[in-house]
Amino acid sequence: MPVPQQPDLTALPSSSSAQRAAAVLVGSGTSGATVDDGQVLRRRLPLSFWISAVFLAIIVLAAVTADWLPFVDPVEDYDPQALAAGPSGEHLFGTTSNGNDVLSIVVQGARTSLIVGLFAVALGFFFGGLLGLVAGYFRGWFDTVISAVIDILLAFPALVLALAIVSFKGPSLTVVTITLGILAIPAVARVARAATLQYASREFVLAARTLGASHKRVIFREVLPNVVIPMAAVSLVAVAVVMVAESGLAFLGAGVPADTPSWGSLMKLGQGQLDKGAAHICLFPAAALFITVYSLNTIGDTLRQRFDVGRGVL
Amino acid sequence: MNSPSTRSSRPAPVSLGPPDPTLPLLEVDGLATHFLTERGMVKAVDGVTFSLRPGQTLGVVGESGSGKTILARSIMGLLPPRNVTRTGTVRFAGHDLTAMSERELAHVRGREIAMIFQDPMTSLNPVLRVGRQITESVRHHLGMSAKAARAWGTELLDMVGIPAPGLRMDDYPHELSGGMRQRVTIAIALACEPKLIIADEPTTALDVTVQAQILDLLQELQASQGMALILVTHDLGVVAGRTDDIAVMYAGKIVEHAPTPALFAQMRHPYTEALLRSIPKLDDASHTRLETIPGRPPDLVAPPPGCRFAPRCMLVQDRCRTELPELTAGGGSGHRYRCFYPVGTEIGEAARARNEAGATPAAASASTASAPRSSMASRVSTASESDGSRGH
Repeated sequence: MPVPQQPDLTALPSSSSAQRAAAVLVGSGTSGATVDDGQVLRRRLPLSFWISAVFLAIIVLAAVTADWLPFVDPVEDYDPQALAAGPSGEHLFGTTSNGNDVLSIVVQGARTSLIVGLFAVALGFFFGGLLGLVAGYFRGWFDTVISAVIDILLAFPALVLALAIVSFKGPSLTVVTITLGILAIPAVARVARAATLQYASREFVLAARTLGASHKRVIFREVLPNVVIPMAAVSLVAVAVVMVAESGLAFLGAGVPADTPSWGSLMKLGQGQLDKGAAHICLFPAAALFITVYSLNTIGDTLRQRFDVGRGVL
Repeated sequence: MNSPSTRSSRPAPVSLGPPDPTLPLLEVDGLATHFLTERGMVKAVDGVTFSLRPGQTLGVVGESGSGKTILARSIMGLLPPRNVTRTGTVRFAGHDLTAMSERELAHVRGREIAMIFQDPMTSLNPVLRVGRQITESVRHHLGMSAKAARAWGTELLDMVGIPAPGLRMDDYPHELSGGMRQRVTIAIALACEPKLIIADEPTTALDVTVQAQILDLLQELQASQGMALILVTHDLGVVAGRTDDIAVMYAGKIVEHAPTPALFAQMRHPYTEALLRSIPKLDDASHTRLETIPGRPPDLVAPPPGCRFAPRCMLVQDRCRTELPELTAGGGSGHRYRCFYPVGTEIGEAARARNEAGATPAAASASTASAPRSSMASRVSTASESDGSRGH
């Protein structure tokens, strides 16, 4: 049925006066107070986010600048006067049973953990994202195969697989990184596939197709920008998981080589000293690992919630 | 809106060359789209034939499930990849779209034929800025530079009546109102200056007040750009004053196809008549019972053997239940309909009279739906007058 012609809405007064009118309406309905025009709702990030961010910043900064900081060499330098000594002014985190400085090892170990965590997840992000996008977009037999492989990889005990690969290929930073990267692929791929399924059926994909976009173009220019948000959230958590796995491997003696400082191998070293009054050797790397993982999880959660709310508004 | 001469950044001319106004721009011949489902073959579009001249406007009208949307997507060749068969031909400016490869089709889509969707919220990408979505196709198809594309995009936004277009280019879709968003999707469709726009229920998701604006805008742009337009809708009122031709679809088939004035002057198919009746009239007394079409659209897996509309028809006769009528010309001026007992003809009215007398059981249950002929005429004139007053 034809509707009577209405005045063009674009000719309405400017939005600020419309806002004021709305504000007055709301105000008179409640308390009669006037609402300030410039007032906007600011959602603050929770305190836990900022604490986590500061912790993470300190650890990342220490790992990056370790070479320029006045630390003793964690392997070469040892203090024969202080074997398994507790924290002191000279050795803030104490020393190991070999007389090495625990603080130096923790800082250098942070570097190892971060390198493995970031590069492994980057691998998982790239390949997992690609597989998930393609499987979720095209469906069909490719999706069936990829989904089956993902399920198998996720069901397989990850640490056992990592142990097997590392002991077969020999321990090195590269092998550990690639191994953990392969283990990160299915987790990212699953998230990417689920998000792609959701967006590939949306009308804007069809709209892009009607504009002559190829499938490749639609995947990377229309779907990917939507899918990258949940992928990034899961990847932050994945960095934390990979760092724990790296420490676990090192603790089991199947991680990075012995001469590379690592939280896991330091904990292994301290394990024998736990009941001999030198718990600090275990405690400090464990605390560093705990704080890093906790911070990554908190930041990941906060960002995910923020994006979820943002998408709810859409 | 800018006049063509002041435009600075129009896209370069497109590949197929200017359309010959004497030749049809779009010829759809025997187009059929069938979906294989667990229940059987769903004949969503079942032998549709029509043609469109350059600059012509065609309204495709039908209720939900009549196959209008699938028809639109079949023309574009955008159907699900599996369990679909499409037969028949679609010729665009002399080129057979059904014989083209995906790669060739990609040059036609967006550049020659563009589409506007029902819900602008889902047809815009939520995480991309409006400007990027508008300029995407000119950058892709015409290789326009980023700067030129942005200028052209701003001009397009201005053309579709968006204030402060330069600022809106950097907005995300959720920062715009529903009407604004639909204006943006129209700007996107116009970007490459296509020769044909298919608008699939472009106003159904919008407020009533915005609907008229968007339809007016489409009509204005269609006239000023010389594009052909296929306006798909469930609402006869939407197409009444805005289209050259109207095709009424029922159960995957065109049941009546005529120039708009001819159709409203004398609708021949009982379904068209029933569709018009179901529009509430402004001068009806309040609490007047809304007229409906009794029954439901047929199951497209196993449609009735005869006329698809027979089970719901006021004029139905025994022949209609067994034999499918062809789309035949009648009444001159290109009026075609698919009916043995057309409304307003002697045999048709005789059939109606027989049914009203109680000869056919189907009609008895719905005898209230047969209004006097005079009210029909007033309805048509109301529709055309209100459209005429829009005047451009």
